[in-house]
Amino acid sequence: MEPHHIDDIKKIINRGHVLTELHDRYSYSFDGSFGTYLPDAVVQSKHVEEIAELVKYANREWIPIIPRGQSTSLSGGPLPVKGGVVVDLSVMNDVLQIDEEDLVAVVSTGVLTSEIHKAALEKGLMYPPDPSSSHVSTIGGNLAENSGGPRGLKYGVTKDYVIGLEVITPQGEIIRTGGRTVKNVTGYDLTKLIVGSEGTLGIITKAILRLIPKPQASETVMAIFDSLEDAGAAISKILSSGILPAKMELMDQASMIAVENYEPSGLPRDAEALILIELDGHPLAVQDEAVQISKVCREIGAREIRIPQTAAEKEEVWKARKLVSPAIVRIKPTKISEDATVPRSKIPEMCRRLKQIKEKYNIHLVVFGHAGDGNLHPNIIADKSDKEEMKRVEQAVAEIFEAAVELGGTLSGEHGIGTMKAPFMEMELGPVGLDMMKRIKEAWDPNNIMNPGKIFPEPGQKLVLSE
Amino acid sequence: MKTKLEQLREELKYEKTNQCVQCGYCLPVCPTYATMGKETHSPRGRINLVKMVGEGRITDLSVLEEPMDLCLGCRACETACPTGVPYGEILEAARSAMTRRKKFSLPVRALRNTLLKRVFPSRRAMNMIGHSMWLFEKSGVQKWVRKSGMMKKLPYHLGEFEAITPASVSPTERSSLPTFTPAKGIKQYTVALFVGCIMDAMFRKINQLSVQLLAEVGCDVIVVENQTCCGALHVHAGESDHGKHLARLNIEAFEKIEADFIVNNAGGCGAMMVEYDHLLADEQDWAARAKHFVEKSRDISQVLIACGGIPVKHQPKERVTYQRSCHMTHVQKVTKEPLELILSISNVDFIEMKDPNMCCGSAGIYNIVNYEESMKILDVKMENIKETRATLMVTTNPGCLLQMKLGIERENLSEKMRAVHLVEYLAEVAGIAGKQEGN
Ligand SMILES: Cc1cc2nc3c(=O)[nH]c(=O)nc-3n(C[C@H](O)[C@H](O)[C@H](O)COP(=O)(O)OP(=O)(O)OC[C@H]3O[C@@H](n4cnc5c(N)ncnc54)[C@H](O)[C@@H]3O)c2cc1C
Ligand code: SF4
Ligand code: SF4
Repeated sequence: MEPHHIDDIKKIINRGHVLTELHDRYSYSFDGSFGTYLPDAVVQSKHVEEIAELVKYANREWIPIIPRGQSTSLSGGPLPVKGGVVVDLSVMNDVLQIDEEDLVAVVSTGVLTSEIHKAALEKGLMYPPDPSSSHVSTIGGNLAENSGGPRGLKYGVTKDYVIGLEVITPQGEIIRTGGRTVKNVTGYDLTKLIVGSEGTLGIITKAILRLIPKPQASETVMAIFDSLEDAGAAISKILSSGILPAKMELMDQASMIAVENYEPSGLPRDAEALILIELDGHPLAVQDEAVQISKVCREIGAREIRIPQTAAEKEEVWKARKLVSPAIVRIKPTKISEDATVPRSKIPEMCRRLKQIKEKYNIHLVVFGHAGDGNLHPNIIADKSDKEEMKRVEQAVAEIFEAAVELGGTLSGEHGIGTMKAPFMEMELGPVGLDMMKRIKEAWDPNNIMNPGKIFPEPGQKLVLSE
Repeated sequence: MKTKLEQLREELKYEKTNQCVQCGYCLPVCPTYATMGKETHSPRGRINLVKMVGEGRITDLSVLEEPMDLCLGCRACETACPTGVPYGEILEAARSAMTRRKKFSLPVRALRNTLLKRVFPSRRAMNMIGHSMWLFEKSGVQKWVRKSGMMKKLPYHLGEFEAITPASVSPTERSSLPTFTPAKGIKQYTVALFVGCIMDAMFRKINQLSVQLLAEVGCDVIVVENQTCCGALHVHAGESDHGKHLARLNIEAFEKIEADFIVNNAGGCGAMMVEYDHLLADEQDWAARAKHFVEKSRDISQVLIACGGIPVKHQPKERVTYQRSCHMTHVQKVTKEPLELILSISNVDFIEMKDPNMCCGSAGIYNIVNYEESMKILDVKMENIKETRATLMVTTNPGCLLQMKLGIERENLSEKMRAVHLVEYLAEVAGIAGKQEGN
């Protein structure tokens, strides 16, 4: 970018801010993943028209535009890898309406997801997608990444609850897709195309989200196993027994030990895995289902079943699960969090493969996550200053992706592709599949200004974790 | 020999910044991120800037200056952080590194030196300030000055602060803090009171009431000679060497007596004192002594609860809310006891405000040096306070108390609401002191 570009942008953004000082630019140079890339400027504005004008200008001048929520992305999504202007959309947080009659929420893009949860609950409703980062991440970021969460098993991910959007196109036009009706089959489904597009097809400025009635009751079951594969088998068996839990989370031995060392929570250090199940629905139904699930787990070989009775006890159990992430980074500082996902029937096989990869590369691999939907979250704990270790980690990550794809799974269950997984796209989609996606991108954004360098690999691009 | 970058890394505690996984969990609790609305003023942003210096990407330390200056040091981010990043240490290290390299202009350097090294640590100087304030009020000069409009012309908005500083104590009263006060009834503990510097100069009343309250619940109370300022202002201003010096003086002074607890009544000072062991960790001769000091340190609310709470005399019904001191919450982690004391008072109608753990913007001398930013934070706080419709606002730190009084003035609420220190309130309901004026 040239100095005159900044002057022009300052003229366009006259109600918001244009940040160009070095400390500000550095503050918008990172996300929750790897790498630091300096933007040329950062723009904040609550006004959609102003941002649209900016995009129009950027399209004319071929300046990259990088949409950004709160930068909690784990795949490199909001990194300005080609410089340009980061547009901080977290400031666009003034609309949050709950419409009880239509069962929808209308929100502007910078609203925090947890605020939507709160507002819906106040009216006895629920917005189901619940990424663990919901109290920090924006709904815009959730839409762009098509975020999921523990409740994905029963309720699906963000895309299953979006029925309408307002979007700024890469040409700087403001369009609306979908609407307020649950059924809407008019033409191509642009709403679903934009959701999960990681900011490469436009800037989302507003969304209409579907809400559902809040379930009346919930029960929790904890099942402890002596073998990780048995735990995997139990997960498949529960799902084929006709019960659909709201959440089904897996913790392996390494994660249990890490939690116990960090904040003792009464988890068995000598067991190889545990699964944590939450059921929701009618009070009588959930009680009965808890009994059935216990039976299934025992038959597979669970060595112990715990059913917390009070709300406080339940909270305690789920807290242990939440502690896994912080607990494991105490082992070594660098955490590579993957979200490769496999079909549910392949969970035991994936568990086996992960164990092999761990041994082969001699890495600290921890497995925990949303096992119920096959989204296993293998996490590698390493030290990024140890270059030799990081090389092994890079190879292990590649092999995890290969295993997932081979088993009929996918590179990403919820964190998106960004820069981190771009090199593996062809492996999953095949050259023609990837080319079809690229053609869509080229049609929407011929000048490639909208979040360039994401999703699609550059020729010869490889995963690099050491800077 | 170490390279310049290596040395800087060490000074900045660069290693600790690697503990940050940039998850952003600290963003929602940071008051400066909320009011200033930029990642630059978030904990994650500030840590990243230090990291960038450590990696040699930013070579000019002045890039850090504004973001670090505008941090309140409230440390709410530490409580929120899932991976336990020691933000306070990173902040202090950055401030020290900057101070060491900074060339202050001569007058600024002189003022810093006089204030930080001669005035705050000296009980004589602080006494003198106390005396002068008393003289200033009583002599009629205050009235004259207020009328003349001169206050408006003071730098740093000091005029606004003058209006809310508490009525001072006469010199005869000042000298009357006894070195030993015996417990009433059966003695439970022997405690040593830390009187503080500003606390002692401007809030002598609160110290007096603290002695009385402690004696009331069964403590022998000792006020040791030779104690000095806690050092918090120094460390926060990047003068950690001088902070260490003061810490050593205090440790020495309090070692002279065999007390069960070293008691403080100012959240900020208490927070500094419970970290003397971190401050002196690298000093062989002092580390163990500092640890011993820390183990004995308590907030007054903890001691009052340990003694079984306070006896409550008659108390009319009142709607009360409580502004926690950040340092007490996030550093000392004393959260239950003050609340327990307030709730033990019959007839209290306690209303929790929204975001009770959010800083009020006082933060040492932040409200003086960063007046505008501080007032934005205060305004948010006052909105939440107004919503409670409380008539009494209780705080646990002198800085917060002043800030709350300023907030009440700014909102024209002085007819409807008063702000008092927890000690004042407890003394009042225990029948030790009359109704506290407040604002
Ligand atoms: C500790 C932790 C736990 C997490 N847990 C989960 C989890 O359980 N499930 C899950 O799915 N994810 C999880 N994540 C990942 C992350 O929180 C999500 O991807 C989230 O949706 C990102 O939101 P954000 O507001 O931070 O967006 P950002 O990180 O700022 O941006 C993400 C992407 O969205 C684009 N974008 C942002 N806003 C817009 C917009 N308005 N219009 C167009 N494009 C936009 C950006 O360009 C970027 O590509 C977790 C992250 C962390 C750090
Ligand atoms: S100490 Fe307080 S103001 Fe400073 S970064 Fe942390 S939360 Fe924000
Ligand atoms: S919460 Fe902790 S780890 Fe997360 S960004 Fe803040 S300081 Fe870093």
